Amino acid sequence: MVKRLTPWLLAAPATLLVLAFLILPVGSTLATTFLEPKGWIAPYVTFFNSGVRRTVLYRTIEISVITTVLSVIIGFIAAYVVAHVPGRLKSIMIIAAVFPLLTGVVVRSFAWLILLGKNGILNSALLGLGLISQPLSMLYTEGAVIAAMVYLFVPLMILTLAGVLEGIPKDVLEAATSLGATPFGVFRQVILPLAMPGLIVGAVLVFTGSFTSYATPQLLGGEKQMMMGTLLYQRAMVTFDWVGASTVAAIMVVVTFVIVFLMTRLARRLNPMVA
Amino acid sequence: MTTKLHPLLIVFAAVIFAILVAPLFIILGAAVSDTSFLTFPPQGFTMRWFTNIFDITAFRTTAITSLQVAVTGTFLALLIGIPAAYAMNRFRIRLPSWLSNVFVLPILVPEIVLGFSLVKSITIGLELPVFATLLIGHTLLVLPYAVRVVGASLASFDFSIEEAAISLGCPPLKTFFTVVLPNIGAGVVAAFILAFITSINDVSTSLFLTGPGVSTLPIQIIAHMEQFFDPTIASVSVLLMILTVGVMAIVEATLGLTFLTK
Repeated sequence: MVKRLTPWLLAAPATLLVLAFLILPVGSTLATTFLEPKGWIAPYVTFFNSGVRRTVLYRTIEISVITTVLSVIIGFIAAYVVAHVPGRLKSIMIIAAVFPLLTGVVVRSFAWLILLGKNGILNSALLGLGLISQPLSMLYTEGAVIAAMVYLFVPLMILTLAGVLEGIPKDVLEAATSLGATPFGVFRQVILPLAMPGLIVGAVLVFTGSFTSYATPQLLGGEKQMMMGTLLYQRAMVTFDWVGASTVAAIMVVVTFVIVFLMTRLARRLNPMVA
Repeated sequence: MTTKLHPLLIVFAAVIFAILVAPLFIILGAAVSDTSFLTFPPQGFTMRWFTNIFDITAFRTTAITSLQVAVTGTFLALLIGIPAAYAMNRFRIRLPSWLSNVFVLPILVPEIVLGFSLVKSITIGLELPVFATLLIGHTLLVLPYAVRVVGASLASFDFSIEEAAISLGCPPLKTFFTVVLPNIGAGVVAAFILAFITSINDVSTSLFLTGPGVSTLPIQIIAHMEQFFDPTIASVSVLLMILTVGVMAIVEATLGLTFLTK
């Protein structure tokens, strides 16, 4: 009897922790949005009737999509080079990607405050070159948030894709070339399909990471460029509108789950190794 | 794979990697600037912003809280995560397959939603102390590392070695510590490092789980940044980057940095 229960007993503490402190609390947050006396979807009607909150949702989607596209393109090219350069240079490149990755989001966002500020390095450089006569206000713009977010996610993309690209057997590439494929043909018909599952996984990480971020939009976007994460905080801790905050939380959970679910299915279908 | 790289690709990649590292060097420069505002290139040279950190009590207390939470949370996550990972690999057919999805949930649920839900249900609902909820939040946050990274090590472990030890009369618990654990050591080290660095850098989960008297260093940095724009934050950032370098040195010495590309 004890023997039959052993696997369950070993898995129980971790399972109970997730159940008691994640599934139940998050479930209760989601439930409160459907248990309003005014009607079961009233909080969502309120959310979508508010022009400000709708704008925040659309802005968050827009920033996340742009960040994802840029991170995928930049990350792919950099990872491609990492996968092809000789050992010593490769180590340097990996260090250059790991160092920012392991440095916290606050420090990395802060770097962009110094770069883009009124007395920042970019303004000084542009003034020095005589390209502008007045310092530009670059902080608290959508561009500032996107730049910092791409900076945040490119290392993750590089390290995810470098492994994938290194895993492509060179025989496959040589075979394609010897059969007459052009370099672009090899890229489009061999490398890209083989890297697609990894690309999708990376893209999902970047999109959900941007969609639910807090520190970067707070520091570089401020009130002007509020995103879902900063809206959630503002609803909960500034206006004490807990139902409103729970609604924002619920939308974040639904969007994240739907994207992850659809994309992992797509990645599985596109995986040539499985098909 | 090997093919010739186009020179333009190499130039592009070189620029990318330079941009990845440059902002962090700019912080280093800003931290030693002898000015009361943040600027780069630094004007003059001073170490007073570094000594200033230690004059601000809030940085000291929150740094201690961050370390306590990161070490304790990581330890707790490994304590319950390793048995779970072991059970899922050793008794694969006797446990349902959805169980592994349960341990992905802390990654899947947005961190800020987790923090918000915990403060609502646990700090306010169950009236648990702020520090306890913060610790619970961080243990959950890093649990997936414990289960998945250690699990990956166990997946390549040959359990017939364990059976051999048991059939020769070694008690199961002793077998685990003398036979299984030494074989998955690298996975445990990796899980510890990844969990620790995730916890110490976390903002989104901690955001709601800090309260009067209890805060973490990243939350304190944001609070300070919103009031002052002096080089103190740059010098705190430099200290955190030194910590990152230390962690990287440990990774390189134990697993090799290429471990992170897998």
